[in-house]
Amino acid sequence: MDKVLMEGNAAFGEGAVRAGCRFFFGYPITPQSELPHYLARRMPEVGGVYLQAESEVAAINMVYGAAAAGARVMTASSSPGISLMQEGISYIAGAELPAVIVNIMRGGPGLGNIAPSQSDYFQVVKGGGHGDYRLLVLAPSSVQEIIDLMAVAFELADKYRNPTMVVGDGVLGQMMEPVELGPMPDLVLPAKAWATTGTAGRNTRNIVNSLYIQPEELEKVNLRLQAKYSQMAKEEKRWEEYRLDDAALVLLAFGMVARIAKAAVDKLRAAGIPAGLIRPITLYPFPDIPVTQAAERAKAFLVVEMNAGQMVEDVRLALCGQRPVHFYGRTGGVLTSVAEVTGAAKEIWEVIE
Amino acid sequence: MLEEVLFAGFGGQGILSSGMLLAYAAMAEGLHVAWVPSYGPEMRGGTANCGVTVSDLPISSPLVAEPTTLIAMNRPSLDRFEGDVVPGGLVLYNASLIDREVLRTDVRVLAVKANEEAERLGSVRVATNVMLGAFLAITGAASLRSAAEALQKVLPPHRHSLIPANERALEAGARIASRISSKLGLWGPGIGSVQP
Amino acid sequence: MAVSRRRTEGLTDKPFHYCPGCTHGIIHRLVAEALVELGVLGLAVGICPVGCAVFAYDYFNCDMIQAAHGRAPAVATGVKRVLPDRVVFTYQGDGDLAAIGTAEIIHAASRGENITVIFVNNAVFGMTGGQMAPTTLLGQKTTTTPFGRRVADAGFPLRVAEMLAAVEGPAYIARVAVSSPKNILRAKRAVRRAFEIQLQGLGFALVEVLSTCPTNWGLSPPEAMRWLEEKMIPVFPLGEFKVPEEEEQC
Repeated sequence: MDKVLMEGNAAFGEGAVRAGCRFFFGYPITPQSELPHYLARRMPEVGGVYLQAESEVAAINMVYGAAAAGARVMTASSSPGISLMQEGISYIAGAELPAVIVNIMRGGPGLGNIAPSQSDYFQVVKGGGHGDYRLLVLAPSSVQEIIDLMAVAFELADKYRNPTMVVGDGVLGQMMEPVELGPMPDLVLPAKAWATTGTAGRNTRNIVNSLYIQPEELEKVNLRLQAKYSQMAKEEKRWEEYRLDDAALVLLAFGMVARIAKAAVDKLRAAGIPAGLIRPITLYPFPDIPVTQAAERAKAFLVVEMNAGQMVEDVRLALCGQRPVHFYGRTGGVLTSVAEVTGAAKEIWEVIE
Repeated sequence: MLEEVLFAGFGGQGILSSGMLLAYAAMAEGLHVAWVPSYGPEMRGGTANCGVTVSDLPISSPLVAEPTTLIAMNRPSLDRFEGDVVPGGLVLYNASLIDREVLRTDVRVLAVKANEEAERLGSVRVATNVMLGAFLAITGAASLRSAAEALQKVLPPHRHSLIPANERALEAGARIASRISSKLGLWGPGIGSVQP
Repeated sequence: MAVSRRRTEGLTDKPFHYCPGCTHGIIHRLVAEALVELGVLGLAVGICPVGCAVFAYDYFNCDMIQAAHGRAPAVATGVKRVLPDRVVFTYQGDGDLAAIGTAEIIHAASRGENITVIFVNNAVFGMTGGQMAPTTLLGQKTTTTPFGRRVADAGFPLRVAEMLAAVEGPAYIARVAVSSPKNILRAKRAVRRAFEIQLQGLGFALVEVLSTCPTNWGLSPPEAMRWLEEKMIPVFPLGEFKVPEEEEQC
């Protein structure tokens, strides 16, 4: 099949279009700008709507409305903009609406900078907004995987009636790689009997709401949500394993960092160190399965992130102290390198041996 | 085959699009490619960089931290990145704008007066593609023909009038590299250096 | 016993939770009747606010969405862009629309979003306990202006209808009151007009409805009606502030 060279941010847009998304609401912010640029041209071609909102707050609430109306809808932003959207994301989770949010993470806290980062892991995985809710979180690490996971994101959002976040960083967003697009898929989108489309033709009123004034009633809703999150944890964990079978030193990394870590694994192997890699593709639910399995052979784990150590907590939770878990990270938008990761891994290995 | 090429210069020299041209050309030949624009502290100060990885195997890290080839189009780029090139790697530099020689003795070096060459071909804007032509001739990472064909994709339609000048730039660069190569027996195993 | 007046089918049977003398009930009825009379109840999607009307989804007999505080115009935008042939309206109070939601209302108006907005202005935050609203009158006592609203502390009451009439996008902006049978009839005409404008695809329509809050004003229902007429209307004059262009020419 013919390949085209595509920029990551554009791939988020094209992946969405191919997943049947016809509505985009967003507010400009670097380093995700190429995504709205792409969709501002692309949406009219497919009869969709691109609308530049007055703020991220408005954008996420437009998403809420469009999702309530039954559409496949998305927004995209970068860290500070995602912070602004949190109330709306909590509403979307509470009202159980399907929607996809792309977060091209940048350095923080505060205005931070526009350089690549993974410092929103806690925010996207542990909640972010108020209340007991979870997002489905996907972390592609190549431009092809962006296209593929955008389709998964919309499917999962509909399957669970839950917001799905797809995270990347400025490098992934602005790099170009070949992708196989193929013909436009002929999608049959799921019917949404719950959508607020007007009562004409049905006997019941549909109400999209997250307000339950009676505590017992709200607790029931929460229990239902928790049951849904348990089902996600059972059915949706995704990960990639690399040279893991006999790995005594297991690296964990997601997104762009996983590719650096993969190159580091090769260097470590070349130096005679039996290293392997687990790359979480879903950040929520966290793929603990390969972690606990790898612990049977592994002597130590090394988590590499572009933050001060966030996913490492989930790795420690998965291992419950079974094995030492080390961390190497750079913050502030500084990219780590293959040499740095290899060096950090070698230091750990020397102590083990 | 693994080529990790760092194109570096200042904004307006066509750094990003020359890198893209290499990526398209290699992709057309069935190779794995990745193109990453400058990131990190080096994006300050009006410099423009991009890293292009070309490989016959899937690419793990697309970030070009230790280039196998550096194409330096101005002095600050050479100053900043010369030290990063892998031993035995290649440094192509634009002798029109760089008034010093490469200090490393463990890399192969080719100096090309790319601006003069480009001006002779009709536009200084094709200078970086003179260098790309030289790079392709030396490494064989992709064919000149694939690069020429990729111009259609890299240049926006309103710039398609520049395609002939760009094709001539690629050819000129390749010719310069081959001439020197055949004359001096360079670019095989071992270290060679051609500087003004 | 014969039933001479029925509740409109535009409202559910659920009894209102509003305080005695509050005019939300009247305004709900005007909106519901307009939808029924125009034959679009089955096409309607309403968006209710955070504030006293937060439970409006229990009362309007059509599909309803509960929105975050102030964001109803953005939510309505999302719905209308997906379903352009449905009748989409928001129902918002003065805290929701004129304080926290100013950005959303101005930009929905500016885009000429083809929705209908019912803006209930009772010069006070009702649900949270009678605090100052952007529309609180100068000198008016509230729980957060216990000595009366003073310009030096809290600035001036915000005239939403006039402000939005200055924006190019809207097709129809009116202010009405529900303080007397005559005013209620006028209010009904304006509400109906605002929906007709949407059905004609003419764009953004907003009706500001001056309303009472006897509980937080500390007045009896009849006193509250008088206060609305005597105190509010001079500050918030009634009338149409913007009508579709062709009508202006007539």
